[in-house]
Amino acid sequence: MTTIQANPADASDRQWRPDKGRFGILCFILSECAFFLTLIIAFIFYIGKSQHGPMNFQVLDHGLVWINTIALLSSSATVVIAVKQLEKGRLGLFKLWLFLTICLGVWFIIGTGIEWYGLIYGDGLTIRTNLFGTTFYTLVGFHAFHVCLGLTCLSTVLVLSLAGKVNSNLAQNVDILSWYWHFVDTVWIVVLVVVYYVGFYGSMQIAEETGRIQQEQKTAMVQEQN
Amino acid sequence: MTVLDQSRAEPALSGSSSLLLRLHSWIVTVDHKKLGIMYITTGLIFFLVGGIEASAMRAQLAVPENDFVGPEVFNRLFTMHGTTMVFLVGMPVLLGFGNYLVPLMIGARDMAFPRLNAFGYWLFLFGGLLLYYSYLGSTGLYGMGSAPDVGWFAYAPLTAKTFSKGNSTDYWILGIMVSGFGSITTGLNLVVTICCLRCKGMTMMRMPLMVWMMLVDGVLVIIAIPVLTGAQVMLLFDRYMGSHFFDTEGGGSALLWQHLFWFFGHPEVYILVLPAFGFVSEIIPVFSRKVIFGYPLMVAATVGIGFISLGVWAHHMFVVGLPPWLNAFFAASTFLIAVPTGIKIFNWIGTMMGGKLIFKTPMLFATAFVGLFVFGGLTGIMLACVPFDWQLSDSYFVVAHFHYVLFGGTIFAIFAAVYYWYPKAIGRMLSEKLGKWHFWLMMIGFNMTFLPMHFSGILGMPRRIYMYDADRGLDLWNMLSSIGVIFQGLAVLFFVWNLVRSYSKGEPAGNDPWDAWTLEWSTSSPPPDYNYNPLPQIRSRRPLWDQKHPDDPDSNYE
Repeated sequence: MTTIQANPADASDRQWRPDKGRFGILCFILSECAFFLTLIIAFIFYIGKSQHGPMNFQVLDHGLVWINTIALLSSSATVVIAVKQLEKGRLGLFKLWLFLTICLGVWFIIGTGIEWYGLIYGDGLTIRTNLFGTTFYTLVGFHAFHVCLGLTCLSTVLVLSLAGKVNSNLAQNVDILSWYWHFVDTVWIVVLVVVYYVGFYGSMQIAEETGRIQQEQKTAMVQEQN
Repeated sequence: MTVLDQSRAEPALSGSSSLLLRLHSWIVTVDHKKLGIMYITTGLIFFLVGGIEASAMRAQLAVPENDFVGPEVFNRLFTMHGTTMVFLVGMPVLLGFGNYLVPLMIGARDMAFPRLNAFGYWLFLFGGLLLYYSYLGSTGLYGMGSAPDVGWFAYAPLTAKTFSKGNSTDYWILGIMVSGFGSITTGLNLVVTICCLRCKGMTMMRMPLMVWMMLVDGVLVIIAIPVLTGAQVMLLFDRYMGSHFFDTEGGGSALLWQHLFWFFGHPEVYILVLPAFGFVSEIIPVFSRKVIFGYPLMVAATVGIGFISLGVWAHHMFVVGLPPWLNAFFAASTFLIAVPTGIKIFNWIGTMMGGKLIFKTPMLFATAFVGLFVFGGLTGIMLACVPFDWQLSDSYFVVAHFHYVLFGGTIFAIFAAVYYWYPKAIGRMLSEKLGKWHFWLMMIGFNMTFLPMHFSGILGMPRRIYMYDADRGLDLWNMLSSIGVIFQGLAVLFFVWNLVRSYSKGEPAGNDPWDAWTLEWSTSSPPPDYNYNPLPQIRSRRPLWDQKHPDDPDSNYE
């Protein structure tokens, strides 16, 4: 078996070779982006096209969703602090901040649950009701599902570190996991803007316009009859 | 060769236990070479299955008003044929070659994530089996249907619960979704391997072209497949949770499915053809005894195709009645993608010009690839003209077009690649004599089947009909198409016999039977588990040329 050997002077290349863990999670995030983009396009495509039943602006509660948002976004900060503590070898503080991150994530999921409970039993909006229900539950639901996946991973790390299996040598692995968590948060910002603002005011405007057109048609009919 | 003998001698255990051990080693393996061979073998078996389905359809269409298979069976046949050939043959075989070759070509010991690699293979296999289980299992409680019969692009609202009762469509959705997850992991693995694990001296612009094509291919897999998965999730929700994505009665839009499907579907076509470009770009220089013509342009064209392929999808939807400006945009982008593709064709021809051409079987297939692909590409340009497409969309002309691209293109390149790299993977040469039989029978059979389809299409034969009347002038063309299948079937028999026979009786290959220049030929055939020890270091695009000609190395000119 022969081996190719170059002049060592030539082989000392300063080539772009990123770390495979970090680059791998970035590729995974790219594919997740494509997936969420599909759901977001479907949501935008159907804004204001529901034939009956509640529309975005009639049922969505900005107050509740901002409480959830604050919880989820601050969890991005706490996980950064947790990773920093792990890098410095402060395992106790690492577990504390990781636990806090998980709590904030769970808070978000419970908040979403409360929101959905209100929508389903208060406003009678389910996935079958109309196009808003269809796209809303699919998009927000898949985001919540990804938050749950992230929580499962973070909890696994917490359990392992409570068992004493995690030390500062693994800081990079935990950091890579935290990138996924940041991605889930970033998706939430997009979902927040698209669902609770673009969809909210978009559907309101469309409803006003169709209402005005119907009003005009009615007046025209009344005038014709007169 | 010594390595080959050792590996054959190793399982000294006798009889069934040694067989069991061998089987076990294949099932638990995370080695990219074994997984690559498993991908390719499984893909070729599905190729035989898909070929049998195609033959049954051609038997039905051989004469007018035939009743060999009924309309329901015919619908299942073309759905399963299309789905199988795209998802269970094209992608796994090409990704399998990527799996086998990329680490060897860039001088790495394995893929970046070996266990993820194995996971991807098993997902693909079980996704495929799930799809085929529909023949047995999809009857369910309803006594409806067996295999999926909604066409390989499964247009809404045909897939709604109302029109597609029973479970056959669910098997289609889930089978493709599961194997799609497998493809995403493999695509990701390829991209990360290529970016992170190149050996010393292997700059991006020194990578073999095949590796470049696999890189762009991987990126397209990562971007396109999740879109299909998303659309399939919506379809599943529509069918089982009563949502209204594609439900026109509830205000949903059947058009959304078409947009989402083809946003996946068109990059998919390039996912199926880019690796084929890669094989040909490796084979033609070696058998022309010349360095590839215009390497940087080839790279640029590959990346260009990758980008443009994401913006051409609606040319599958001209007959839907899109607004004129959208039609114009997608027609223009489709014309545009012909430019980088044309650059590649010219570069291959430029490589062959003035070269010392050696027409061994791999080169025969590669040369045929160039011709047939140009033919399919030109009918593609014709179909990009919106009025022309209005006339011929969903006719046999389109069937002829994409078979020239995907069969004359991709499958011919796969045959070329099998003949070229089989000696590396197995350690023995494939028979040249059987290979020539395979090639000529295939060439005659392929053109006899698909060339007449252009004419039957222009004469007005729609695709996916199970029967046609006698007095439409279609008889001759359909008879010719069906006779061609016999030649293709014979060719495939020669191919399979060649693969099986040469495994034990082929001539020993040695490390470098083709006097080639890329890294994989520097290690033994088959390569050891660790590929290289020590890891290679290179100085040019043709490291083996440098080694064989130390007086005049390529690195002086690059």
